[in-house]
Amino acid sequence: MYVAVKGGEKAIDNSVELLKALRRGDLGTPELDVSQITQQLRLSVAKVMNEGALYDPELAALAIKQASGDLLEACFLVRAYRSTLPRMGYTQPIDTNDMKIRRRISATFKDLPGGQLLGATYDYTQRLLDFSLLDSHEPQELEIVDGEPEPVESVIQIFNKENLLEMDLPLEGDPEPKDITREPLHFPADRPTRLQNLVRSDEGFLLGMAYSTQRGYGHTHPFAAEIRFGLVSVFIKPEELDFCIDIGDIEVTECQMINQFAGSKDIPPQFTRGYGLVFGHQERKAMAMSLVDRSLRAKELGEPVESPAQMEEFVLSHSDSLESSGFVQHLKLPHYVDFQSELELVRRLRVSAKVEHANE
Amino acid sequence: MNKTIANSLSQREFNFAYLDEQTKRMIRRALLKAIAIPGYQVPFASKEKPLPYGWGTGGIQVTASIIGREDTLKGIDQGSADTVNAVNIRKFFQKTTGVKTTENTDEATLIQTRHRIPEHPLNEGQVMVYQVPVPEPLQRLEPRGQETRRMHALGDYGLMHVKLYEDITHFGKITSTYDYPVMVDHRYLTSPSPIPKFDNPKLHQSKALHLFGAGREKRIYAIPPYTDVQSLGFEDHPFELQKWSSVCAMCGSSNTFLDELVTDDAGGHLFICSDSNHCQRTQQENQHNEN
Repeated sequence: MYVAVKGGEKAIDNSVELLKALRRGDLGTPELDVSQITQQLRLSVAKVMNEGALYDPELAALAIKQASGDLLEACFLVRAYRSTLPRMGYTQPIDTNDMKIRRRISATFKDLPGGQLLGATYDYTQRLLDFSLLDSHEPQELEIVDGEPEPVESVIQIFNKENLLEMDLPLEGDPEPKDITREPLHFPADRPTRLQNLVRSDEGFLLGMAYSTQRGYGHTHPFAAEIRFGLVSVFIKPEELDFCIDIGDIEVTECQMINQFAGSKDIPPQFTRGYGLVFGHQERKAMAMSLVDRSLRAKELGEPVESPAQMEEFVLSHSDSLESSGFVQHLKLPHYVDFQSELELVRRLRVSAKVEHANE
Repeated sequence: MNKTIANSLSQREFNFAYLDEQTKRMIRRALLKAIAIPGYQVPFASKEKPLPYGWGTGGIQVTASIIGREDTLKGIDQGSADTVNAVNIRKFFQKTTGVKTTENTDEATLIQTRHRIPEHPLNEGQVMVYQVPVPEPLQRLEPRGQETRRMHALGDYGLMHVKLYEDITHFGKITSTYDYPVMVDHRYLTSPSPIPKFDNPKLHQSKALHLFGAGREKRIYAIPPYTDVQSLGFEDHPFELQKWSSVCAMCGSSNTFLDELVTDDAGGHLFICSDSNHCQRTQQENQHNEN
């Protein structure tokens, strides 16, 4: 008789042991060191810090190692760890005008104060597999001169001297931003809340949403006014002190997208903006974020809300990879009871259908 | 560098039941509100847990907020204490609380369940904690939360009645078989979580406290003891229970929810109790009576 109803616990223990062995792989190959990941897989680390919502390259690298390179799983590990950390306080707003710049480009002006600084990017490479990387070899030393020590004003500020661009004003009354890790999301959500959600959201989802606005589902006529990447200082201001303390530098990527806008009865024609800001070097994500930010402002700017990328409840409720990955994959859990209920119903419906058929 | 992290983590003691006390307090406040307004979905700031969303994070947070050292915990996944989700969650609480666990329904003070209510009647003082994937009973009819919140506020449940009516016109009967909607305390339309509708009557005037946690959707709701819980129906098409033509192949019960097992590759099948604890006890009683 079939009695596989017991014995699950032992099988689960064995599964976990097998996973550990497969993660390590062939013992003849040296084990991956966490510092190798932070140094040589820095873009994976940046993704895990963003979606894991914790700026800590070492823990992100540890998570990548533990997750066998599955970046969504790594984000999950970091987030779960994050919820055990106490909240000590909030930092002061970072000032990206004071960024130590490592890359800064504008697609709207050929030249501008501060200049175009290409930095390190895959953008200008030819995507040919480099077979020489199959063998390890002595690297060439390259002297890296760190970015512009002088603050470089954002294109936005320069541009705005003509008032062609909407002002970036705080919300009425300049309220404290809500903290989405402490308050559940409510709709309609204000812009600071939306941006917090977008920065943690899954890169692939955000990219798809952004792409849809370029293909006619809520077009916003975007221009990449400026993308910059570099180091910014983070300050805290303890309650008992009346000055700020610099607690260190973080790498961020910022995208200022400007968009056409016809204007209205009250506002003369001008450009509007979308904003993206993420940890580490993540231009794709920052750009996608700025496009989606702009399209979610449709209602505020009096545009018809017709496309998915303009519907805040649709976008913000489905953006988190922990939520979507968890719920999609929960279908792997036993559903014997629900399925049995459906099975019983379908059998009954088929019996009554047969009876009706016979009566005809 | 690796070693420092590893050491600091292994030395780190997690708080009792994993959540920090501030978070527990926040969840307890939501629970109190939920108990005060039976069936109403209270929003709360759900935390990430070491288990994935969709795998019981809401139930875990509720259990973690109310569990004490004196509690005896039972875990159920689809009726059984030995399937993956129940094992995982039981181990999590053993590790983080060290409380006593049991498979016996009447020994447990706290029962966290995925999709079943035990066959054995519950008593005063017992707390059921349900893992809820979709707390909003109207979500599949109206996905916008802004709209469904308005419907709850106005008690406007026409949409659900139309759905049930359409079932009857298409199929001759209501086709919801699990997660069958209920009215709690004659006020709020509520999801009983994906328990089979077979279990719905156990909620009506139950002696136990029933708490529902939806982690991913960030909602908590409750059915306090001795509350009226009615499954929706019409006068000419009342709520009806599932029936089986077989009895349990293991214990012979004819009044329990049965799971179907496929026994060979010719489509042979048999039925056994979904509630493994109840089934074992009935088998023991049968043996006792024979002796």
